[in-house]
Amino acid sequence: MQKNNRALQNHLPDARTIQRFRLQNGITVLVYSNMESKSLTIIGMLDSGSFRDQPDKLGTANFTASMLMRGNEQLSFQEINHKLESVGANLSFSAGTKNTWFQGRSLVKDFSMLLSLVFDNLTKPVFPEEYISRLRNQLLTSLLIRDQDTQERAALEFDTVLFKGHPYAMPVDGYPDTIARIKREDLIKHHNTYHPHNAILAISGALPFQEIETLVRTLFERWNPASEISEPVYPKIEPLPAQTRTHIPIEGKSQSDIQMGTLGPSRISPDYYAAFLGNHVLGQFGLYGRIGKSVRNKAGLAYYAFSSLNALPDTGSWEFNAGVNPANVDKTIALIIEEIARYLNKPLQDEELENSKSHLIGKLPMSLESNAGIANALLSIERFNLGLDYFQNYAERIQSITPAQILEASRRYLDPQKLVIISAGAEA
Amino acid sequence: MQNDINTFQLSNGIRVLLKEIHTTPIISQWIWYRVGSRNEKRGFRGISHWVEHLQFKGTEKYPGEQLDQTISRVGGMWNAMTHLDWTTYYETLPAGEIDLALDLEADRMQNSIFDEEEINAERTVVMSELEGNENEPLFRLNSAIQAEAFHVHPYDHDVIGTLEDLQAMTRDQLFAYYRSHYQPANAILSIAGDFDTAILTRKIEHYFSPIPTQSNTPEEIPQEPVQKQEKRFEIKGPGDALYIQIAYRAPCADSREFFTLSVLDSLLAGPSPLAMFGGGSISNRTSRLYQALVEKDITVSVNGDIQATIDPFLHTFILTLNPNADSQKALQVFDEEIKKIQQEEIPAEEIERAIQQAEAMFAYGSENITNQAFWMGYSSIFADYNWYESYIQSLLAVTSSDIQTLVQNHFAVQNRTVGIYFPTREEGHHAEK
Repeated sequence: MQKNNRALQNHLPDARTIQRFRLQNGITVLVYSNMESKSLTIIGMLDSGSFRDQPDKLGTANFTASMLMRGNEQLSFQEINHKLESVGANLSFSAGTKNTWFQGRSLVKDFSMLLSLVFDNLTKPVFPEEYISRLRNQLLTSLLIRDQDTQERAALEFDTVLFKGHPYAMPVDGYPDTIARIKREDLIKHHNTYHPHNAILAISGALPFQEIETLVRTLFERWNPASEISEPVYPKIEPLPAQTRTHIPIEGKSQSDIQMGTLGPSRISPDYYAAFLGNHVLGQFGLYGRIGKSVRNKAGLAYYAFSSLNALPDTGSWEFNAGVNPANVDKTIALIIEEIARYLNKPLQDEELENSKSHLIGKLPMSLESNAGIANALLSIERFNLGLDYFQNYAERIQSITPAQILEASRRYLDPQKLVIISAGAEA
Repeated sequence: MQNDINTFQLSNGIRVLLKEIHTTPIISQWIWYRVGSRNEKRGFRGISHWVEHLQFKGTEKYPGEQLDQTISRVGGMWNAMTHLDWTTYYETLPAGEIDLALDLEADRMQNSIFDEEEINAERTVVMSELEGNENEPLFRLNSAIQAEAFHVHPYDHDVIGTLEDLQAMTRDQLFAYYRSHYQPANAILSIAGDFDTAILTRKIEHYFSPIPTQSNTPEEIPQEPVQKQEKRFEIKGPGDALYIQIAYRAPCADSREFFTLSVLDSLLAGPSPLAMFGGGSISNRTSRLYQALVEKDITVSVNGDIQATIDPFLHTFILTLNPNADSQKALQVFDEEIKKIQQEEIPAEEIERAIQQAEAMFAYGSENITNQAFWMGYSSIFADYNWYESYIQSLLAVTSSDIQTLVQNHFAVQNRTVGIYFPTREEGHHAEK
């Protein structure tokens, strides 16, 4: 295993091979030149998201991001898509609570075109009325589909309860009535909050670093919006005082979805790695760790039953999910609570911890095979300040975590008596 | 980087495909069995997929729990899939651990236990998977389309099977099915990654050659007669969107027509993703049907799909509409676009675009070793590896006369099945702000 680890590490991007530079307007750029591929991927992130949405116009940030592909000052919707699709390239924009995201991919020969489109669509969209109306109709239909999705409804309610009073409690894609209220001026107003300050661009692919740097500087250094944007102030998120249990009835569904959990560590919390590793043993390893073994393998109750950490920049959630027959909802919830209590009762056994450690270390290169995988990882390195040698240090960091640290960190977040428990589906 | 493929057959019949790729120190191994829902008779619908689940329950050498841990703890990724024509198992793991994957797959080709208690626990897991699928209107619609489009051929049912058959099958039936299909002569082993071909060949012989050969008489699969008239149906179910699925009987993958159809599908509804790992998809906003339906506010989306299969399967289109939209109008506009394809010559630039898109997807897909190993085995199921290697060449060879010949028969009304899913809206249960 040691020999394997060294062989794997030699192939990982590190401070010598990742180039990082900053533009004067505040954009940070990370580049990995991957000459063995035939394409390039760009992933980017801005400091603007649904936290700026008015409560009665929820979904504005997401609507705005989706409109960026519908025409800019130079090119119409048809022209943009013709340029991309005729060469098999891709570009999309989306919004989250705190950020607006974009991702694009092309063959090497088309990368300059792709980058120009990223820039023009991001900074010079024109929001044609025709496309606002068409996109609104598409968004409303997707909300109707969401309404019937047991997994999405459970997740939506989970966030509403867990993050009450915080923008994380609100769905980024809004509700039918809020989408119906959004006007062109709301989209333009939201777009005016886009700013290069704190933006990140991550690029991986088959061009030399200097060429990528020149392309990026030529385009993105021109982005200097006049307006100053105020820094948002977020309310503090408090842990729940007691357990809550909600069932969302959706008739005619064969399977119910359960989502339960509580607050978890942020990605930059000192508890993060211990909780991450502990969670891997609890609800990930192999086919879903201890929880999968209990709910799926032993009881045969579910096709999926797992836990996950959703670590955000400032907070996080520790989530437990299962999809079961409506008659087995309560039984499954009881089994998951039992596993959480057992997990918090005593430190993990050495063997199961070692299994998870070697799995996490061994699989790292697989997530960095493609340009999309590398670009995603570069963006996280910058977003969470992980350091350019993050991949080189990863094995050591994981190896150093002890069962006692995991137990201590986990107890700070998990309490089997204080979980948010949501189910969605037909009545049993 | 070496891109040559080495192929050979062991004396017991296992076909082997090897491709050295030295970009990352990992190896991806796939073992394929020529068994899927295509091999299932009434009373056994879903058996191939259920057997796939049971292959994770262990052997004497690798008991269930240990099996799961063994691959995971070396940092490996592993899983399995069952489809119409095949069942496949894969492991992608650090290059130094390949012996583990070879030993494990050679072992479970012949030694899985099929414990009665495990089988009953897994029965509810598979039923739960089916229930999860049934939550989706598109799953219900697609199942109904298959049932309507095929009355003789086993492509008439979904891979996951039916509740009725899943409840009734016994341990002995499952075990007998496993023994008859998990045989060397019915298997293909495809491996790509960071290895030396000579060394890996010796290892493969070591692990797989001792598996005894069994007689393997190819099954007679009843072929579906030519469809003589259009079939139409409507179903109702929970949901809030209206869906239309239009399915034309399609040529099999190992035919010249399949490539012609790929070009047609691409220009009508955008390219179907070629690769299951790493190829991704390309948007279809400049495709003919998107322009005619979505850009004219008749539907909110349109997608096309063709599948590479042994026997002729289906070329499908799915139209998603707002619940209050006019489904007949959508079908009428769809038909007008089909008529244009039949009556007007297709400009060379549209064919060229389909080829460029396929080239780009090939480039994206080649970044991923798992994907490369997948394609070697997958294409060997319905043709041979050359099918994949020469895919672009085959598209380039498509002529406008090929297209004109195909569209007349393929898009004939009597060659299709149309299903419409009408949502029964439950008032008062909607998430609202």
